[in-house]
Amino acid sequence: MAVDTANNGVVLAADGRPLKESLNRALRKNRMRALMLVAPLLIFVLFAFLIPIIDMTFRSVDNWHVGTLMPKTSAALANWDGKDFPEEPVYAALVADLQAGAKSREIGKVGTRLNYEKSGLRSMITSSARKSKRLKEGPYKAKVMKMHKKWRDLETWHVIKRNAAPYTIGYYLNAMDMKYDKTGEIVMQPENRRIYGKLFGRTFAISMAITIICVVLAYPISYLLATLPLRYSNLLMIFVLLPFWTSLLVRTTAWIAMLQSQGVLNDLFVFFGLVDDANRLQLIHNLTGTIIAMTHILLPFMVLPLYSVMKTIPPTYMRAALSLGANPFVAFVRVYMPQTLSGIGAGSVLVFILSIGYYITPALVGGTGGTLISNQIAYHMQSSLNWGLAGALGAMLLASVLALYFLYNKIVGIDNMRLG
Amino acid sequence: MKKMLKYSALAVAGMAIAGMTTATQAGELNVVSWGGAYTTSQMKAYHQPYTKMTGTKINSIDYSGGLAEMRAQTESGNVTWDVVDVVIADAIVGCDEGMFRPINVDMELAKAPDGTAASKDFLDGTLQSECFVPLIIYSTVFAYRDDAWGGKKPTSMKDVFDLKNFPGKRTLQKSPQNNLEWALLADGVPLNKIYEVLDTDAGKDRAFAKLATIKDQVIWWTVGAVPPQLLADGEAVFGTGYNGRWFSAIAEEKQPFSMLWDGQVLDIDGYVVSAKGKNIEEAMKFLKFSTDTQRLADQAKYISYGPARKSSGPMVAKHAELGIEMGPHMPTKYADQGFLTDFKWWADNSDEMKERFAAWLLQ
Repeated sequence: MAVDTANNGVVLAADGRPLKESLNRALRKNRMRALMLVAPLLIFVLFAFLIPIIDMTFRSVDNWHVGTLMPKTSAALANWDGKDFPEEPVYAALVADLQAGAKSREIGKVGTRLNYEKSGLRSMITSSARKSKRLKEGPYKAKVMKMHKKWRDLETWHVIKRNAAPYTIGYYLNAMDMKYDKTGEIVMQPENRRIYGKLFGRTFAISMAITIICVVLAYPISYLLATLPLRYSNLLMIFVLLPFWTSLLVRTTAWIAMLQSQGVLNDLFVFFGLVDDANRLQLIHNLTGTIIAMTHILLPFMVLPLYSVMKTIPPTYMRAALSLGANPFVAFVRVYMPQTLSGIGAGSVLVFILSIGYYITPALVGGTGGTLISNQIAYHMQSSLNWGLAGALGAMLLASVLALYFLYNKIVGIDNMRLG
Repeated sequence: MKKMLKYSALAVAGMAIAGMTTATQAGELNVVSWGGAYTTSQMKAYHQPYTKMTGTKINSIDYSGGLAEMRAQTESGNVTWDVVDVVIADAIVGCDEGMFRPINVDMELAKAPDGTAASKDFLDGTLQSECFVPLIIYSTVFAYRDDAWGGKKPTSMKDVFDLKNFPGKRTLQKSPQNNLEWALLADGVPLNKIYEVLDTDAGKDRAFAKLATIKDQVIWWTVGAVPPQLLADGEAVFGTGYNGRWFSAIAEEKQPFSMLWDGQVLDIDGYVVSAKGKNIEEAMKFLKFSTDTQRLADQAKYISYGPARKSSGPMVAKHAELGIEMGPHMPTKYADQGFLTDFKWWADNSDEMKERFAAWLLQ
């Protein structure tokens, strides 16, 4: 450690301080200024992005309802072995909890929570809470059994005991088409009740298909845009951007008018005799509709990065390749295409990730064959109010996107991605 | 994330326009309803007369149903919605979860003009939750295109499931509710036995099996405005929808549709009051005013939904603008051809049925 040893080896700034320290101070000041400038963005990202995601992930395991609103029953059930119906103290605790819950008018939350696990427990809880007001003294076992037939089902007690814990993996099991059976073992749902696995698979397959179609369609357009003289390419660019600036809903609705069986496209087909009037093509409310509408909506996200990459490729490279004896096809494949890979990568990642989370367009034109996992998430957020399950599905979707991103980075390398 | 965005946007807006807040001021009420023609009918029948009488300003807010927003407001402790128009199934759940205020019907609501207590004046079976005051009876019902099968006209639910005699696409709501009941009805189950059969495993399988017979001819809708549109475009020949929507398509837009009242599912819509609202006293005053006999009868002048009070029935008159006699367009007139949804059964079974339905759609 070199303490101040006069001028020996230490360069001083004009004010006599060591230059290194001075430099550090200036850098720190700059860093602070930069931080201040990005602070609004950071705060925005924190509130609009990070906190909701953390909250969502937390909800997917949070299981406070039973433990908090039925504390005595939860405690009394802790030592229950699960082989036969519980003993009298459990019923006494249950009645006390139900009475308190009826009074605070919050017992319905327990009903809602338990009903996700087993149908019918909602009304068991709410009706028992109403009836419990009349129960004055024990023994309670027989009285509770009489209140609702589900109390006489051993499985009910298993469900309550399992959900007395403050955290649960139940939502994730549900999201992976699994469930607890009557004895508490984890099993797969029967084949005809599985939803989410299929939907995840379909979401990735559709997104992949859309990405590929986008590359195929966007490549020639971008090439044309990048090579045409400016006054033509500007006009073409407007054709690309105009739909990009149009509202998503307007474009989706326009596709409905175009594609429906009495729509423009089918009318044209019939007019030219391509299809029979009685057998008009079903182009919408199915997978075809989703793919067509989403490809159209996402196409600019592929065209723009491709265009900006192609714009930077000097035309002399191709000419050089040709003059060195390559035929036009070889020159294109071996010289031109490799240089556009970074654009293809950037566009593909954009389109793929955007389409994985799409939900308005599939909801409007997807019918049953063309809906995606995000539609099911929206359904659990808005209609069924099963926010835990929505959180679990969302977290799984997020994790799979991150995994794909990681994979992409390993294989292609994120540094090779260029947006312009 | 959307909610967070909205809150941050609200916060920014709140800071910018200091003094103007989203919470209601004294002498103001936030009343939430479904929007469109329905909200308009409420504004003409309830809001405007009430403001005229008391001077209280009413902010009408639109939503698309469900408890998501109410639950979010209750959880955050900042309840800005005072009175909300909900379907009864949501009222039952929200009441059990403590979001809504219990209402003593006889003490807190207006009597019928002849002095009958309110609890006796509301139609039988409509007071199903202690938090809920019924306003209207509406129905979900089939309509069909008049020109679809030459001169042939469907007469019963069996015809809807008869692809041979009545071919063409059907548009149904993407939900197990109602569709399962209709499938059983078409399969020969009598009206009063539907829920008894549906409560058994065999009955559920039977309903899904019957529904499967028309599955590939169904376009599923999720937004109420869609089915009249699909029928008008000729995309579908049969459609289910709310009877008020069909009424406006037939009577106002002169579409060539007819109603098939057979098997109509009656449902109840009404007001609830937020338990943790900021203006409960004012909200209760508004509730008492808007649910009296005259107001409920007035609403039927603007929309073809039946008033929930017996004493309002005879007062239903002509449509205020079209001059059509409204009596024949009220679902309550055909009540014997339909049935009332079993809300309690659905409160218990909708989670499971909806998952099964979603899985069935994927098969």
